[in-house]
Amino acid sequence: MDQYLIAMGTFACIYGLMTISLNLSWGITGMVNLGIAGFFGIGAYTSALLTTGLHWPVALGIVAAMVAGAVAGAGLTFATLRLRDDYLAIVTLGFAEIVRLVIMNELWLTNGSDGISGIPAPFPRTYGYAFALPFLGLMLMVLGVCYLLSTRLLHSPYGRVLRAIRDDNEVTAVAGKDVVRFKLKTFALSTAIAGAAGALYGHYTSFIAPDVFAPLLTIYIFLALTIGGTGNARGAVLGAFILIAILESSRFFPHLMPGFSAVQHAALREMLVAVVFVVCLMFRPDGLLPERRVKRTETPRAGDA
Amino acid sequence: MSLLVVHEIERAFYGLRALRGVTFSVRAGAITGLIGPNGAGKTTLFNVVSGMLRADGGRVTFDGKDVTNLPPHALTRAGLVRSFQIARGFPRLTVLENLMLYAQDNPGETLAGALAGGARVHAAEARIREEALRVAERLRLDHVKDNLASDLSGGQKKLLEIGRVMMARPRLILLDEPAAGVNPTLTKAIAGHIRDLAAEGMTVLIIEHDMELVRDLCNPVVVMAEGRTLVEGTFAEVVADTRVQEAYLGRNAWH
Repeated sequence: MDQYLIAMGTFACIYGLMTISLNLSWGITGMVNLGIAGFFGIGAYTSALLTTGLHWPVALGIVAAMVAGAVAGAGLTFATLRLRDDYLAIVTLGFAEIVRLVIMNELWLTNGSDGISGIPAPFPRTYGYAFALPFLGLMLMVLGVCYLLSTRLLHSPYGRVLRAIRDDNEVTAVAGKDVVRFKLKTFALSTAIAGAAGALYGHYTSFIAPDVFAPLLTIYIFLALTIGGTGNARGAVLGAFILIAILESSRFFPHLMPGFSAVQHAALREMLVAVVFVVCLMFRPDGLLPERRVKRTETPRAGDA
Repeated sequence: MSLLVVHEIERAFYGLRALRGVTFSVRAGAITGLIGPNGAGKTTLFNVVSGMLRADGGRVTFDGKDVTNLPPHALTRAGLVRSFQIARGFPRLTVLENLMLYAQDNPGETLAGALAGGARVHAAEARIREEALRVAERLRLDHVKDNLASDLSGGQKKLLEIGRVMMARPRLILLDEPAAGVNPTLTKAIAGHIRDLAAEGMTVLIIEHDMELVRDLCNPVVVMAEGRTLVEGTFAEVVADTRVQEAYLGRNAWH
């Protein structure tokens, strides 16, 4: 059971990286990214191919995955600059599917739906705690660094510009900010983090296949961020851990509810996620940890000055 | 000397020719009024001059440099900043944040500056905060400085529009109906603020329908009608002009 919890903690950290990534682009800047799974996949395959095929060290593979994620993210924002904001959502969704289909079909490179196995880990892969614990430690460290950096970014003048862009693109430009550059940089940063999450996933499980990057993954990340609370990294991380807790605890339901088939149990599991999501939004529409409202000082609101 | 020269600006929306060759100039240090009946193209002209709409033809010159179709952020950095008719601001930013956002050359607005921090970034941010507080005090917004902009009253939003523009320390301010929908007392206060800005050396171009305000503040006054500049002169001159009367009352009103 301990080992199981350690594994779940590791997965929660990987999800946490993705919610932080989504929070940067969507939560703070208002750029909807329905292609998180695609960037996750790009990162996973970049690092997996480089470390298995070319025998790059794992650390370099992860860096390469971040670069690949950032380049793909920047390219995609650049391609959609002339489109209205909501089209970014559609394009990113399509992009993620294209990534998945390319991975499925380019057998020479990706081995198709059979996936890539034998992906090396940063330290010797043994059974028991000797591997699982240090990896969890590594993940907590990576998550902690991303959390601190994104929190710092949010509270900086740079973050103020991002929140301004979320409220009104055009007025932000009139404020003298090169909105396109802010969007490009921030989206690339967020997709780099998603790429790192994908790479770490591969190095942890040692095996990746295209079905991991299905659109459902993106939906889960959106749910996690919404439940946790958008606009701040604390909510993002909390949401990721709650999501994993729901997904994993529901694994044990068959024992509690005999008389259903395995297929029905799988469906019940997704229904449970949906129910938790709806209940959460009914009682906490801004998420469990909403974006911190500004402290109200002294006098209340006055009428016309 | 002319700080801004608008020359033969044209702009059409599909078949509708909103601007059909607008030409006038704004003298440095003056408060120039831009008036005209609804639909004359005043706001469209502002949108073209401030880079939010592309001109189909013509030229905008600011401080001797051709700035036609430059993006809005480049114009703001060059010292030409506009306000909005319907107060737009950033609803989920506080009043102080709204103001601070308009400061130019903030080193904390680069990715590296934001992540690394450091004395220079903090000093700049502290300086900008001080300045924003001064602007808020001046506009009597200091008691709502930490409120979200969405919680402000209509009048306060209009003041915030002016405050944001002030924070950018522009040389030319384009104000789009700064007193629209505002009570008479506040209109007087806003007029006072605009006069103060001019006294501090800023050049102002105002679109306004409140004729009393235009009379008190603006010299010269430029009149636009049907996408063209009609006449230019002092308030008394343009009001006396029969072409202006026709434009406002309708061409066939007396026939």
